[in-house]
Amino acid sequence: MLTDALIITRREVRDSLRDWRIVAPILILTLIFPWIMNLSTRLAIAFVEEYNATIIPLRLIPFAVMIVGFFPISFSLIIALETFVGEKERNSLEPLLDTPISDASLYLGKLLAAMIPPLFASYLGVAAYLIGLYLTIQYVPEWIILLQIILLTTMEAIVMVSGAVVVSSHTTSVRAANLLASFIIIPMSFLLQAESILLFWGQYDVLWYILAALFVADVLLIRTGIRTFNREEILAREIDELNLGYMLRTFRQFFIGARFSLVRIYRDDVPRLLRENRLALATVLAALSLALIGGWFFASRYPLPAELIGSIKINPEMLRQQTAFQGNSLLPRLDVGTIFFYNLRSLLGFAALGLFSFGSLACLPMVTTMGLVGFLFGEARLFGAEGIVFLIAALVPHGIVELPAAILATAFALRAGASIIAPPPGVTAGENLLRALADFVKIILFVVLPLLFIAALIEVNVTPQILMWMYGR
Amino acid sequence: MPPLIETSELTKQFDTLTAVDHLTFNVAEGEILALLGPNGAGKTTTVRMLSSILKPTGGSARIAGRDVVRDARTVRHLIGHLTEFPGLYLRMRPLEYLDFFGELQKMPRATRRARAEELLRQFDLWDARNRRLGEFSKGMRQKMALIRAMLHAPRVLFLDEPTSAMDPHSAKQVRDAIATLRGSGHTIFLCTHNLYEAESLADHIAVIRRGKLIAFGTPAQLKRDLLGPPIWELRLARPLSAPWPYLDGHLRVASSDDWSLQYHTETPESTNPLLLRRLQEIGAAVLTLHETPRSLEDVYLKLVQ
Repeated sequence: MLTDALIITRREVRDSLRDWRIVAPILILTLIFPWIMNLSTRLAIAFVEEYNATIIPLRLIPFAVMIVGFFPISFSLIIALETFVGEKERNSLEPLLDTPISDASLYLGKLLAAMIPPLFASYLGVAAYLIGLYLTIQYVPEWIILLQIILLTTMEAIVMVSGAVVVSSHTTSVRAANLLASFIIIPMSFLLQAESILLFWGQYDVLWYILAALFVADVLLIRTGIRTFNREEILAREIDELNLGYMLRTFRQFFIGARFSLVRIYRDDVPRLLRENRLALATVLAALSLALIGGWFFASRYPLPAELIGSIKINPEMLRQQTAFQGNSLLPRLDVGTIFFYNLRSLLGFAALGLFSFGSLACLPMVTTMGLVGFLFGEARLFGAEGIVFLIAALVPHGIVELPAAILATAFALRAGASIIAPPPGVTAGENLLRALADFVKIILFVVLPLLFIAALIEVNVTPQILMWMYGR
Repeated sequence: MPPLIETSELTKQFDTLTAVDHLTFNVAEGEILALLGPNGAGKTTTVRMLSSILKPTGGSARIAGRDVVRDARTVRHLIGHLTEFPGLYLRMRPLEYLDFFGELQKMPRATRRARAEELLRQFDLWDARNRRLGEFSKGMRQKMALIRAMLHAPRVLFLDEPTSAMDPHSAKQVRDAIATLRGSGHTIFLCTHNLYEAESLADHIAVIRRGKLIAFGTPAQLKRDLLGPPIWELRLARPLSAPWPYLDGHLRVASSDDWSLQYHTETPESTNPLLLRRLQEIGAAVLTLHETPRSLEDVYLKLVQ
């Protein structure tokens, strides 16, 4: 398989290196940009050393290495987005598909071709930057940090390229592929910011976790790409999926069907959607369970100080303070509308982020919440049975309705975000996304919204009554 | 001899559109089949199914006994496909371009180099071997695409509009190459709108419309079946002074005057000598007797209109 793949790779790399539109920016980013960065670094060091802030250059240089390495690999996206759909537009894809090469070899060959020139340029850029620093200020990086940055750059290149090749093999025009590239660019920019913070903060150990996550994402994306790559679909697809009219018609078809029927939605559609999305539901439940357990263990590791435990007493005064606290900070005011819209806003907001992160960010609010619940129960354990009972009374009455609603919203958002990377056979990535969005909207409108409203009603009207009944006397 | 291309009820459905509808035909080894039909009739879809790129939604097809779905990779090795558009890599040069495709077809380096040179010379492109394909004219690109399809000497060649965009000289070169290939035992499946080309090259003609096979046969068969028996025209050197000998039951007169006679006959081999004898008997001076040419275009238009 690899031999055939390398035939494709060799040709494509040679072709890329003959295209000045690719070579010129890569050369600039490889040779000129590191030199400018080198100059900037020396100026910054000279400036901060005036104020004896020697730690800043120590943290600045690894960050600069990361930036110097990342810019050239951003070009991999341009090459990768062209791989299949660009060839299709130039009519050169069909002769290639006519050859006896296997789908996996073809896919792998294209993947490597999109990755090798930018990655090579990236390594060259990093080397140029570091050699420059060594020659000017005799800076030698810690090898472990350098290794981390090189590995991160490589993994990021693989994520971007494999994601872009998936997009390229499931769209009908380069224009459509470029627009869909935001699904790659936005999460990558978030990741880069997170890595920058960690590098400035000196939390180099956390970078290993990011590397592990990127490795998993790489494996998943490559596997998905190979599995969903289909000669037939690439050639047979003619309709531009980013045609707004077509998108609206397709969405309407998935959402309403032949005609709108509320009875059909509750009787047929909702049970079917739950069945079809059982994998996403199971994934979310597993993530939430892990978060709950994690929160519990975190509480065991960082228990509240004994003197604090002794000072907290659950009594009417504490409950009144808690009620007064609501609405003054990050927590919403204790009324039905505010709580309902607060919950809805956070679920929808993160669902939107999930679309740009293969669904992963959609899980963030629920994972955080469940981690917090686990932590609270872990800490409440220190108060004995009373603490646990208090939390059950405070969370369960509305949680029993709110939690399923939030799990459903999260699972459907996860599926919508992930839909683009794994369309089933015979379905395009765009169609799969539109179907997943239609399903998401359907479940939000007809299941999640009513449940969230009921939960808000309980939280405002029932939960305080229970707490007052239990502790208010 | 078993057919090299076999299709049985071959069908391709795209959502609500039936692009190819229960197509059944065979092509023997060494034959040329021309597939004709209006735009959107399903010609390209048929070729793509036979090239193992598209999967049929119904029926089956075999190339040299290999199923196009189950043995897709073997089939792709057995065939060469000249696609509707040349689709060349424009930054490459002819030899490296052919070398790339030869390597994908598992040809040894020396063989692919020799074969590339042979074909480039045959199609008058050898002198342009150092130019980039992007600098080639339309006709040169089309020839280059044809060379790519022929490079690994496939047993079956699918040619989609092989002479489109070519000047008459280049088109003749390609037609000659196709005829030579047939002579060397290759089977050729030709999709074309050029009816002259189809008629002059093809052993059999298949006409499809809206995915359905509406006619199949040799050009002569199709003409006979659709346009009736051939028309013969007899011309005299001087006007006839006596009535025409009509040979009751042997010929059907289409038109006549004192100088000429047009007629149909099912048995020209016996009727024509008899008619000539009768005319000689009555002293008529025959100038010419020939079958009136009827083009495939007449057949095609009759079928698709």
